[in-house]
Amino acid sequence: MNRSTIDLWVGIFVAIGLGALLFLALKVGNLASFSTAQTYQVQAKFANIGGLKVRAPVKSAGVVVGRVAEIHFDNESYEAVATLTLEASYKFPHDTSAKILTSGLLGDNYIGLEAGGNSAMLKDGDKLRITQSAVVLENLISQFLFSKAAESADDKGKGAK
Amino acid sequence: MRDALTHLGAAVTAGVWRLGYASRFFGYLLWHSGTAFRRFRLTLREIYFAGVLSLIIILVSGLFVGMVLGLQGYETLQRYGSSEALGVLVALSLVRELGPVVAGLLFASRAGSAITAEIGLMKATEQLSAMEMMAVDPVARVVAPRFWGGVISMPLLAALFSAMGIFGGYLVGVVLIGVDEGAFWSQMQAAVDVRNDILNGVIKSAVFGVAVTFIAVFEGYDATPTAEGVSGATTRTVVTSSLAILALDFVLTALMFTGGNAK
Amino acid sequence: MTDPIIAEIEDLTFAYDRRPVLHGIRLSIPRGKVVAIMGQSGCGKTTLLRIIAGALLPSSGRARVLGQVTGELDRDGLYALRRRMGMLFQFGALFTDMSVYDNVAFQMREHTDLPEDTIRDLVMMKLEAVGLRGAAELMPGELSGGMARRVALARAIALDPQLILYDEPFTGLDPIALGVIARLVRQLNDSLGATSIIVTHDVAETLPLVDYVYFMADGRVVAQGTPAEVHRSGVAFVEQFVRGEIDGPVPFHYPAAGYAADLGLAQTA
Repeated sequence: MNRSTIDLWVGIFVAIGLGALLFLALKVGNLASFSTAQTYQVQAKFANIGGLKVRAPVKSAGVVVGRVAEIHFDNESYEAVATLTLEASYKFPHDTSAKILTSGLLGDNYIGLEAGGNSAMLKDGDKLRITQSAVVLENLISQFLFSKAAESADDKGKGAK
Repeated sequence: MRDALTHLGAAVTAGVWRLGYASRFFGYLLWHSGTAFRRFRLTLREIYFAGVLSLIIILVSGLFVGMVLGLQGYETLQRYGSSEALGVLVALSLVRELGPVVAGLLFASRAGSAITAEIGLMKATEQLSAMEMMAVDPVARVVAPRFWGGVISMPLLAALFSAMGIFGGYLVGVVLIGVDEGAFWSQMQAAVDVRNDILNGVIKSAVFGVAVTFIAVFEGYDATPTAEGVSGATTRTVVTSSLAILALDFVLTALMFTGGNAK
Repeated sequence: MTDPIIAEIEDLTFAYDRRPVLHGIRLSIPRGKVVAIMGQSGCGKTTLLRIIAGALLPSSGRARVLGQVTGELDRDGLYALRRRMGMLFQFGALFTDMSVYDNVAFQMREHTDLPEDTIRDLVMMKLEAVGLRGAAELMPGELSGGMARRVALARAIALDPQLILYDEPFTGLDPIALGVIARLVRQLNDSLGATSIIVTHDVAETLPLVDYVYFMADGRVVAQGTPAEVHRSGVAFVEQFVRGEIDGPVPFHYPAAGYAADLGLAQTA
């Protein structure tokens, strides 16, 4: 096994190894959608973010337009503040609303944006005024039970008359 | 009873002593790795013997593992109507776990044992002493290139294993069974994250590479210079490397994949 | 550098993990001579050679080699000292993954900046001196024992050392190869103007070729002298050793209980 043959084989090995890594990164992973495009940031306050995590997608009309960059608790207003990173090519009106939605029935939380009608657009550092918190299952159940109880009380009342 | 305790105590002390010796050797090896890079031809040769000669077993095993994942995965997923998630199952299993771990185990038994045997035999035939007598440091000239050759080869082999496995899963799932090709790839791309999954897998394989190759060169260098000594060292390399891979896998997985909620 | 004594061992003791191997060794190796250190297997002669080479450090006493005390040298100093020495290992210890040519060229490539043309000339000269210039492209696995030993000798003298150490150079060789190696040891020593130390237990080949002999037993020097003096030494061990007698100061039987008892002839309870 002379030197040039070894060099050749090592070269081939390293080339296909790096090729495999590239294949994994591009074809298998989501590197293709990992754009290094320009972005801008906006903030949104929520009474309850549910299970929203950092790096969760921000979607509008079902299309991913950005990611959640950071989440923290505002100790003065006692609300959660989420910082969203949006791609610069997508411009949203000033009165856009943000909702925390669930992906599928039991999936991860993400933020859905619904565009408003204002002619002024959001800029870097702006705050979203209209927000809707996540649906918390316990609250939903207690609401349901309460309304069910109220209904049967009404029925009894009507029945008694 | 007392004999058993004495033996146990002696074994533990010997083990701790050996661990200390191995750590010092690791430091010495890193300190004297300059030659391995300045005369890169030496390391290149070792990449050939550790990496290129492991290609066949890695590629074929990767293919088969991927194919089995495809079969078993489809079996289970189609019961819940989620057979289109097959791509996700195959890709995540391979990239996160099976790629680094199985490739590491195969590397340990194929290349690790070969490295141990080679260094051990050089020790037994006094080649290392001869080198010392000629004022050439055998650690820098013989051990370090083999170490770096293994460390460089391991992540590449793990990536190749994962890639072949995904291809195997594709062959079985899409071509053979008939899962929708578009869904296979698109769901996979949506679920596999470059930073969290692929990069972590690469880091794992790099850590395994360091562990396996170091154990291999250390056992070889420390082997008793007889036939039984070399054979014992080779066995120890395979056993210790395999256990190290599995233990490190647990630690790394715990750090990387469950710490996501803390972010 | 014109010191008449190349190596001097002063009151040297050495213990291997608390097992004493050498006791109060005192010997000196004069420049330009071929000196043999002889004794049975396990008498400590190879250990002594390793101490001279600096591979082992004495427990007490000193080994002064080529003007340096081996115990006082740091790693760089030791390596500098070793570049002036050459060692022939028991079975050659050639690097099996390199050709004969590369083996001999090894030290030149590692320690000098000579261009490949010059190295080629030097390697060919060394191989010619041992008679193996035609075998330059062979691999060590293709050589016979005697040829491998000769290549190792060429490798040991690659940088023209001042001191050449031989660890049991005659082990396992056929009579022709024995004669060749013996001739070469003498020839190379004289032509290089070097000094040679041979550790061996081969009496027949060694005594005719060396200038001085040290006999060791149980880690001590028991006799010394020129080969002629050795034959007249009168030391019982030396007589037994030189004549190869099976019984004498070194007994034939390993210590054991009574023979009759082992055979079960004596009635023991």
